[in-house]
Amino acid sequence: MIRVSNLVKNYGDFQAVRDISFDVDEGEIFAFLGPNGAGKTTTIKILTTLLKPTSGAVELDGLDPSVQHNEARKRFGIVFQDPSLDDELTAYENMDFHGVLYKVPRKIRRERIESLLKLFELWDRRNDPVKQYSGGMKRRLEIARGLLHTPKILFLDEPTLGLDPQTRNQLWTHVKKLNEDERVTVFMTTHYMEEAERVAHRIAIIDHGKIVAQGTAQQLKEQTGGETLEQAFLALTGSTIRDEDASSVDQMRSMARMFRRGRS
Amino acid sequence: MSAIYILWLRQLKRYLRSKPRIIASLGQPLLFLVALGFGFGPIFQRAGQGNYIQFLAPGVIAMTILFTAVFSGIELIWDRQFGFLKETLVAPVPRILVMIGRTLGGATVAMIQGLIVIVICLIAGFRVTNFHALPEAILVMVLVSIMFTALGTAIASVLSDFQGFQLIMNFLVMPIFFLSGALFPLTNLPKVLNIIATIDPLSYGVDGLRSALIGVAHFGLPLDLAVLSIIAAALVGLGSVLFSRIQL
Ligand SMILES: Nc1ncnc2c1ncn2[C@@H]1O[C@H](COP(=O)(O)OP(=O)(O)OP(=O)(O)O)[C@@H](O)[C@H]1O
Ligand SMILES: [Mg+2]
Repeated sequence: MIRVSNLVKNYGDFQAVRDISFDVDEGEIFAFLGPNGAGKTTTIKILTTLLKPTSGAVELDGLDPSVQHNEARKRFGIVFQDPSLDDELTAYENMDFHGVLYKVPRKIRRERIESLLKLFELWDRRNDPVKQYSGGMKRRLEIARGLLHTPKILFLDEPTLGLDPQTRNQLWTHVKKLNEDERVTVFMTTHYMEEAERVAHRIAIIDHGKIVAQGTAQQLKEQTGGETLEQAFLALTGSTIRDEDASSVDQMRSMARMFRRGRS
Repeated sequence: MSAIYILWLRQLKRYLRSKPRIIASLGQPLLFLVALGFGFGPIFQRAGQGNYIQFLAPGVIAMTILFTAVFSGIELIWDRQFGFLKETLVAPVPRILVMIGRTLGGATVAMIQGLIVIVICLIAGFRVTNFHALPEAILVMVLVSIMFTALGTAIASVLSDFQGFQLIMNFLVMPIFFLSGALFPLTNLPKVLNIIATIDPLSYGVDGLRSALIGVAHFGLPLDLAVLSIIAAALVGLGSVLFSRIQL
């Protein structure tokens, strides 16, 4: 369903993704794990037509997202890591906007919006502008919106970021159900190892833009001799913190970006 | 079609919900009308050019549309920074339709502001002499609205943040306004100024409004409409190309 071969993405002269390859089968839940700045979001952006790869090939349900944008876009839904709501609109309007763009018929749209807003406990606040929401409520709305249309592939980029345990639980239960009932292929990232272990069929671990291991949670544990997935993860990626050494480089990078303007 | 509609509706809702923005954006035309209209009125009259408010009002209407439209287009930068742009860019809607929906939304907002300013001008003493040409006046306003919203969108498509915004305002939008004949007649100008005014698309908008509303023309309405249509189409085209190239 998803095929990535020898994918490379450079931002200027910095290599964010360095020659990665993997496959995700239809109906599979695939977790993409890695420390901050590993290249997870970059890979998702390439798969979801937001970025063009520097080299290598990606395939989404047999389509090339960097060429057949629109066909590819019909195949997937996505919950972004970063905010993507319109703060001036209400929760209902944000949902409705999404539903219209994705051509969900009006009646089904209304029903699904209602059931999803109820599921994520936003229904009572549906007519409040999103700018009055708390961080977690916004996050819940992002997720509800991502689930509004039923795509073949669902991308979840750290969907549980900033969510309370109740909502996290709700989300993964729902995702598993979608996967089982409708055979939705799921491509997810998270920093909570127990979530990955709980829902993912297969896991790939990426570090510094390279895939360092792939397999089931069990295989990864055996491979590293760790007792938990967390131990396996740390064994594979080391225990240095990535944000620290990245930040100064990041700053230079964003300076460079300002001067370059036309994004590469 | 429904995609264009919902994008249009979103722009409109955002506009109608920001009352401070509506009021703030009417301050500038009012200031021009009062300060220039009444301030320069006597001199203009003595120079044998007639009533300055009569002359200035179409320019102030065009100015309002110019600023509102460019600003509506440039709002794209906000959407990029607040992240909402991602939502529209991954949707299964050809980007050209997204661009058209946004542009129509921005243009509608500019139109509304323009119509409000017409009313303000009427209150300030402006008198329409050519009622039968009102449809032409509206057409000119629509074209100017679309043209400059598309320009704003095109510019915002290549800017990733607000760093360049001031530059665009001072070196593009302001000159487009001040050198357009919105404030002074285009006859007997120094050569350089005359050339600039002739390539300034807003000149044709101002002239079109003046011909339609008060029957005073420099280029003439047919030429105005032709130039405005061509440039509007070109800018929508350019905007669509640049917009569909956006990467995040
Ligand atoms: N627009 C950009 N310009 C320059 N560098 C970028 C850009 N976007 C990301 N990067 C860099 O690319 C690398 C990978 O970033 P990416 O967002 O893919 O990481 P990630 O794995 O999603 O991390 P996180 O867990 O923090 O979300 C980082 O070093 C980041 O600084
Ligand atoms: Mg990320």
